[in-house]
Amino acid sequence: MSSSPRPVFPFSAIVAQDEMKLAMISSAVDPAIGGVLVFGDRGTGKSTAVRALAALLPPMHAVIGCRYACDPAALDALCPECQTRAETETLKHRLVPVPVVDMPLGVTEDRVVGALDLERALSQGVKAFEPGLLARANRGFLYIDEVNLLEDHLVDLLIDVAASGENVVEREGLSVRHPARFVLIGSGNPEEGELRPQLLDRFGLSVEVKTPMELQQRMEVIKRRDEFERDKGAFIAKWKKQDDALRRKIIAGRRRLREIKMPDSVLERATKLCMHLGTDGLRAELTLIRAARAIGSYEHADEVDLSHLRRVAAPALRHRLRRDPLDESGSSVRVERAIQEVWGA
Amino acid sequence: MSAEGDAALVVSLFAVDPAGVGGVCLRSPVQPARDQWLQFLRESLPPGTPVRKLPFNIPDGRLLGGLDLVATLKANRPIAERGVLADANGGVVILTMAERLTAQTAGRLNAVIDSGEILMPREGVTISNPARIGIVALDEGIGPDEAVPVSLLDRFAFLVDLGGFNMRSELIPEYEVEDVVAARALLPRVAIDDDMLQAICATAISLGAGSPRVSLLAMRVACAAAALDGRTQVSEADAVIAGRLVLAPRATIAPQARDSAEPPPPSPEPPPDQAPEPPAEPPPPDPGESEQPDKPLEIDVQTLADMVLTATEAAIPAGLLARLRSAAHERAARPSAAGRTGAFRSAGARGRPSGISAGAPKGSARLNVIETLRAAAPWQGLRGRAGSGEARVRVSPEDFRVTRYKQRAQTLTIFAVDASGSSALNRLAEAKGAVELLLADCYVRRDQVAVIGFRGKSAEVLLPPTRSLVRAKRSLAGLPGGGGTPLAAAIDSAVALADLARRRGDTPTIVMLTDGRANVARDGSPGRERAHANALQAARGLGVSGVASLFVDTSPRPSELAKAIAAGMRAEYIALPFANARSLSAMVRASTARR
Repeated sequence: MSSSPRPVFPFSAIVAQDEMKLAMISSAVDPAIGGVLVFGDRGTGKSTAVRALAALLPPMHAVIGCRYACDPAALDALCPECQTRAETETLKHRLVPVPVVDMPLGVTEDRVVGALDLERALSQGVKAFEPGLLARANRGFLYIDEVNLLEDHLVDLLIDVAASGENVVEREGLSVRHPARFVLIGSGNPEEGELRPQLLDRFGLSVEVKTPMELQQRMEVIKRRDEFERDKGAFIAKWKKQDDALRRKIIAGRRRLREIKMPDSVLERATKLCMHLGTDGLRAELTLIRAARAIGSYEHADEVDLSHLRRVAAPALRHRLRRDPLDESGSSVRVERAIQEVWGA
Repeated sequence: MSAEGDAALVVSLFAVDPAGVGGVCLRSPVQPARDQWLQFLRESLPPGTPVRKLPFNIPDGRLLGGLDLVATLKANRPIAERGVLADANGGVVILTMAERLTAQTAGRLNAVIDSGEILMPREGVTISNPARIGIVALDEGIGPDEAVPVSLLDRFAFLVDLGGFNMRSELIPEYEVEDVVAARALLPRVAIDDDMLQAICATAISLGAGSPRVSLLAMRVACAAAALDGRTQVSEADAVIAGRLVLAPRATIAPQARDSAEPPPPSPEPPPDQAPEPPAEPPPPDPGESEQPDKPLEIDVQTLADMVLTATEAAIPAGLLARLRSAAHERAARPSAAGRTGAFRSAGARGRPSGISAGAPKGSARLNVIETLRAAAPWQGLRGRAGSGEARVRVSPEDFRVTRYKQRAQTLTIFAVDASGSSALNRLAEAKGAVELLLADCYVRRDQVAVIGFRGKSAEVLLPPTRSLVRAKRSLAGLPGGGGTPLAAAIDSAVALADLARRRGDTPTIVMLTDGRANVARDGSPGRERAHANALQAARGLGVSGVASLFVDTSPRPSELAKAIAAGMRAEYIALPFANARSLSAMVRASTARR
């Protein structure tokens, strides 16, 4: 029941929206970047891109029988059950698709954090924990469409879990904690409401998408969408080659992540930019560097250079600026201006 | 074509492909024409098509499905209940009072429209049902403040306004249900060539009509129109229908604005390098119907695009056209409902759930059935042995659980800004700054801000209640100043807004920024005395209503007239000849905190 088997629009077939695609790919290369927030006009393929990315990702190793899909290689991040088992036996594992879990707006809190297993409680009178969406999203993606409309109490919950990587359930006499490390992907339209700054900060990158106003581009969008809906199988087959190539590149990028060099000059420039913009804390800098490294690895570079840094600067920083309501220019413009001033490029 | 004919044509097109074209927003008061329209829709749908009516305040459980408690208890395992949307699979859902729809419910509908299925983890069961539906949203909204959430409208092909219809209006149907059935059979084979598609897209871009999704819907409508006409190739006439019915009502750019400037978007020749598409396969697969090719169109692509554009422009509703032409800040003229409306909610049962507690349901506390059952569940084994074995689940009073809610009153600060006279620009800029500062401060707390501007003969809601900084900035930019001071109208419109907020359960505060020198009466006629009398009357009305208010006198010297009006409003009176954004926002914050 995790990722539904319904056919998905291929990632490679998404027209334009390069910044969004780049951000998503880098979060797939290095999940530590911490998620992508996609804000923008309606009907620009935000949801489509997330689902497409999910279908693209290579399968992962997971402990058999573990409800949180623990990674057998990461012994320190195991759930309590696996930890107990690991002491007495070697954990068996198998390949499973990377989970992409939708968090719909109408979801109830117990389905998010997990709750008493109603079925077993009613039929057997047993008190058992039934994992929720957060458990299913462990090691995968948690996607929230219209994240700015999410009810407040769910937002609070997410803020906490996204920071700690752990879900703590204390309800109905249950006391459970389990790993919940996921890449948060949110989308929404800023005209319908703003996001709390704390939740904004949980997203590593933020991208803005705009309606394509160019005729050929728009025709292409519509043609591909129509073609897909008329015959999904054939359309997916047609794009399989490109999608496969992209997947290989992501896998190679992940491997390269540990080898790629990060020159001090690049680090210095990143720091200077963040200081100039006055971003709070170190998260901005860390994200900026991680994203630049992910892009460098993905593009098979030997070392991270300024061009990588430049391309991720706006997505990594624009949602971390202090709000100045009297400054008319948007945050993207401010980042761009700072780049000009600091790097002079 | 006549409005009556178009309204009927929409029914037929929608009936051909309800899920494909998404839906119809039918803006109309309750009137015979609306009933007739709905009746015609029922007659046009093939027999057996499910049609479900949906009240705007439907709970999620009924909408999407949920846990069927009765069946669950009977079977001793969770049983899912099908929601209305799943029941309507393959058919049509009629949404009543859609202007009251919350953004949350709209969000749920959007997800179902997009995926054509319901995938919903709720209350211990995961529901997955196909739900390919078309939606008819009955919008009884008056004025731009009451409208269907825009995110939902973006998924509807048709926006129909029956406002101009009267008692004697009659729909003029052109097609019968047999035509619809035939068209449905034909639809999968209908193809659209690149020229037609380009004509539709170019029109959408030139008029600024909607997102790519709307262009896709327009294409589908063109296909449905071709099918309805018994053809398998979309013709120019079909493209014109799509432009007229789908794109024209969404125009955001006035046609002549495009004419005067160089028309940028529809490039005469598509740049050849703009084709990231891999090998050009013959686009539409045409199995078998190529023996009856429509006659090739002699006109070149650009002429075709122009024809569709011209026809679409001609169909832009007169009211919309006037607004587009006059509005300097035309973007603000778009419908702007983002789920601000909701039902009356009783206190105690709203706010965010702050947990479950043991206790009997009394007063406003409502029994939380699921939690109660959960509490009872672990004991069933024991109780079963002790009891007679009649009931399936034994619930005893100590199992009762009620949901607690924590409610923080949401405040709405309504700024009524005097934009008249010479100092208007200055005051407006300050008010605008103050609004933005307050908003930046508020949005964390989820408070809302609205702005009313008044000048000349009337007051206008410039910024409907919102917490979006983006929208606030956009609708406040380029606000004109000058003209008379219709103070009475301003107070009236602030009271109306405050009233709406109160009915939603919010706490409104009105902040008037003016010098208090009214010189335009309620009916728009000039004259100081009558204007002042009117303003005083309106102010007393406000005072009686009990809405908290703040009167900021911006004139260089505090005037008695202004004080009198402030007294009528029972407002806090503050003379602030040199109001600036920061002091103003600090003051409002201090004043609202005191309450």
